[in-house]
Amino acid sequence: MAVTEVVEKEKTSQETILEVRNLKKYYPIKGGILRRTIGHIKAVDGVSFSVYRGETLGIVGESGSGKSTLGRTILRLEKPTEGQVVFEDKDLTNMRNRELRPIRKDMQIVFQDPYGSLNATMNVQQLLEEPLIVQTNLSKKERQELVDEMLEKVGLRPQDRMKYPHEFSGGQRQRIGIARALILHPKFVVCDEPVSALDVSIQAQVLNLMSDLQDDLHLTYLFISHDLSVVKHFSDRVAVMYLGHIVEIGDKKDIYNNPLHPYTQALLSSVPTVEKGKKREKIVLKGDLPSPANPPSGCPFRTRCPLAHEKCAQVLPELKEKGKDHFVACHLHN
Amino acid sequence: MTKYIIRRLLVFFPMLFALTIIVFTLLKLAPGDPYSQMMDPQIDASVFEEQRKARGLDDPIPVQYFRWLTDAIQGDFGDSFRYKGRTVAELIWDRIPNTLYLGVFSVFITLIVAIPIGIYSARNPYSPLDYAATGFGFFGLAVPNFFFGLAVIYIFAIKLGWFPSQGSISKPGLEGFELLKARLHHLVLPGLTLGLASTASYMRYMRSEVLSVLGSDYIRTARAKGLTERTVLYKHTLRNALIPIITLLGFEIGVLLGGAVITEGVFKYPGIGTLFLESIGNRDYPVIMAITLMLGFFTLLGNLIADILYAIVDPRIRYD
Ligand SMILES: Nc1ncnc2c1ncn2[C@@H]1O[C@H](COP(=O)(O)OP(=O)(O)OP(=O)(O)O)[C@@H](O)[C@H]1O
Ligand code: SF4
Ligand SMILES: [Mg+2]
Repeated sequence: MAVTEVVEKEKTSQETILEVRNLKKYYPIKGGILRRTIGHIKAVDGVSFSVYRGETLGIVGESGSGKSTLGRTILRLEKPTEGQVVFEDKDLTNMRNRELRPIRKDMQIVFQDPYGSLNATMNVQQLLEEPLIVQTNLSKKERQELVDEMLEKVGLRPQDRMKYPHEFSGGQRQRIGIARALILHPKFVVCDEPVSALDVSIQAQVLNLMSDLQDDLHLTYLFISHDLSVVKHFSDRVAVMYLGHIVEIGDKKDIYNNPLHPYTQALLSSVPTVEKGKKREKIVLKGDLPSPANPPSGCPFRTRCPLAHEKCAQVLPELKEKGKDHFVACHLHN
Repeated sequence: MTKYIIRRLLVFFPMLFALTIIVFTLLKLAPGDPYSQMMDPQIDASVFEEQRKARGLDDPIPVQYFRWLTDAIQGDFGDSFRYKGRTVAELIWDRIPNTLYLGVFSVFITLIVAIPIGIYSARNPYSPLDYAATGFGFFGLAVPNFFFGLAVIYIFAIKLGWFPSQGSISKPGLEGFELLKARLHHLVLPGLTLGLASTASYMRYMRSEVLSVLGSDYIRTARAKGLTERTVLYKHTLRNALIPIITLLGFEIGVLLGGAVITEGVFKYPGIGTLFLESIGNRDYPVIMAITLMLGFFTLLGNLIADILYAIVDPRIRYD
């Protein structure tokens, strides 16, 4: 027990690498013949959290809860509507592209769709070399060495480098995507459902690869997924998203063993557990995810919450610390 | 690839063959013949009868067809009925340069207008200029070629007098720079007219292609690499967005030739199109058949080129 604690301490320092403060990303809805803005899709609606150096923070949530938007906005692939993103004490929020360019070396992304995220008109060599050309002053020969080294690291043969993405299998393509993201030795990587598009048999291989590379290159991951078992396996801490909000965030073991938010409880109840003597009652949520264009007043979850009460319709619950580093946004826990 | 091209060529010729049968039969089934145009009370009808017989117009259609085909395969397209003493090949060769100028000019205008505007529209959707472009796009697709042609003649040739309304050069005997200037001057109105519909559709295509490429993950990847906006646009976006456009260019050959017939007619521009229209009026069968064959040949060739270009610009496409 004591030993594992020491090991975990070593792996995840409490040094903050990324801080997100009240981040919002609204997409305008255009309507009418003049295509004027008639409303907003509140994809991310006021999210705050920190990521510690060396850890993996898992983000879970249903489809449409805003996970990808969050990841892209953090990396400034989208302009935030409001709030702040601070990476290694640098405020990225209002930086211009030119200022962001050198920082991009340190923050990368692996996308869900390993086909759509690789430019089909470029071969592996070109795909991997391009980041080196724009971000470093390495010579052609040095770049070549790095490309070959990276290909080997992700388990591809260097002689495949003249091939195009479509000539690889899904799993291999994702390895190319990972190689592409890691070739600059970034510090922080957003992994947006990196294995959801892959065969179950391939998923474990790719996850193991990512895990090895994390140790090897001292990476910090923001790991987005809607697969709770994958997140459990892969993360140190977990944040649960619902309709653009984080409703609960904490250590993996706290979230999985002692979920506090009714939504987290419902999500976990639908995961089959193999632990003996522990049988969860399955909580079936009524209704669908409300539209982020027209979210409910008060608590975003109240339209489906089995425990909703009057206050829930009026006041948006804030994230409150309920245990050590365990935060939940629910009026029942105030 | 070579195998694919050979396979395509194998269907190429049967299709041309079928085309000639259909057109030949339709021509012969239509009432009248070259001599009914020349009827003259001064000349005895029996003269024409004899000529008809002499040129084999009284034979059954299949017999006439096979006679035409046998000659055509050997490269002999016969003599014109209308222009005595001139071979069909000569007539066509005379006209080809003009149609070529018109086609090239029109494609050039189409590309330099449609591509930049399409890109601008996609990068600034719902901006005033995008609305203007969209409006122009619908206009260009909706307005018939001949009507637009007549409208620009009325405005720019008759009312404003900026451009000539017909012909390909102002007077014979021009040389060098003067000749080039006269040609270009005469090309403006027919070129715009011929290119109108294509410009409109290329613009729409370009807009939607660029828009969809800009929303794709590999553009996000490119941005995440820290590339400049220029590199993202030229290297990643355009390279992908232009793939379908390049393919369209192959098909454009057929579209242009079809459009040229009408546009040349409206502007009395002495190209293949006007020759074709005249020949239909005159029932000049040998000329009609030769031009039909030519139009068919270039249309099919254009489609083939389109497919080959596709394989060249998109590494995902492999024909084998
Ligand atoms: N570019 C965009 N323009 C308009 N709306 C968008 C855009 N991107 C995302 N959205 C909307 O924002 C909401 C959140 O989308 P997002 O892709 O972030 O969800 P997600 O949690 O990643 O879902 P999934 O699990 O399906 O990937 C959705 O309602 C989506 O339709
Ligand atoms: S605040 Fe109310 S509605 Fe929201 S989760 Fe808690 S109990 Fe349910
Ligand atoms: Mg997503």
